Amino acid sequence: MPLAAAALKLEDLKTAPFDPRFPNTNQTRYCYQSYVDYHRCQKIRGQNYAPCDYFKKVFHSICPNAWVERWDQQREDGTFPGNI
Amino acid sequence: MLTWKTLLLQDSASPLMEQLSFFHDHTLMILVIITVLVGQLMIMLFFNQFIHRYLLEGQIIEIIWTILPAITLIFIAIPSLRLIYILDEINNPMITIKTIGHQWYWSYEYTDFKNIEFDSYMIPMNEMKNFNFRLLDVDNRIVIPYESQIRMLITAADVIHSWTIPSLGVKIDATPGRLNQISFSINRTGLFYGQCSEICGANHSFMPIVIESISPNYFIKWISKMIEI
Repeated sequence: MPLAAAALKLEDLKTAPFDPRFPNTNQTRYCYQSYVDYHRCQKIRGQNYAPCDYFKKVFHSICPNAWVERWDQQREDGTFPGNI
Repeated sequence: MLTWKTLLLQDSASPLMEQLSFFHDHTLMILVIITVLVGQLMIMLFFNQFIHRYLLEGQIIEIIWTILPAITLIFIAIPSLRLIYILDEINNPMITIKTIGHQWYWSYEYTDFKNIEFDSYMIPMNEMKNFNFRLLDVDNRIVIPYESQIRMLITAADVIHSWTIPSLGVKIDATPGRLNQISFSINRTGLFYGQCSEICGANHSFMPIVIESISPNYFIKWISKMIEI
């Protein structure tokens, strides 16, 4: 683990880019849409489809962890309101 | 940081705050000129013995004192609008940091690489060291690389809070169920202090914010350390 951590470089600092769909202060939708897109992408393309991971990176960067946990729980219970 | 006898704005530590300071000085200059002019006119009118034979129907002077304030207002409005749009500009950020306001502490999440989460509580007076600032220092500071674009995402878990760093010109509400974004970059290394700015309950005064601005290389080291923990 320390080896992997030491390999972290300045160039590795990457985050979700500016998205022209969400140019405002309010970024709630950017988070939610990326979360829905990821799971929809996985549903259509299967678990191991690499391009889906882009959405995963984005929603991990943008969404508060508590929100993701709550939505994961809702998907498990089948009460998630979004269209996946 | 705000100290005793800091009557005006704090020293700026970001390009945006620099512009805000310039705008403040510019506007204050216009205000002082107007105050002096009006004050002098009033004093002059009170303390003389003259009688005005043509007091009413002064078309020309009425036109002048209507047009002149309009022109003066333009000189305030245009830089103000310019600033408002600059403040809204989103440059491509290097890292995203999430801030969640709780009753009564802030918690932070760095999730671009690995999942780093920590809470930031004020240091109570009985645990304070000699070098700590009372009601202002926290146990876990937010560490930020300087001269890099930072995207701050702010939300709250219970009631509305407000996340503020005056020397960076940042103040944004933390609203439950909503993610607010603000981007900034810091000019230099150092510690920057702020306090919750929205009345959020009994301990509203006791949830300060401290940013530790360090060089990007040290930031990488810090991140690596945090991942190990």
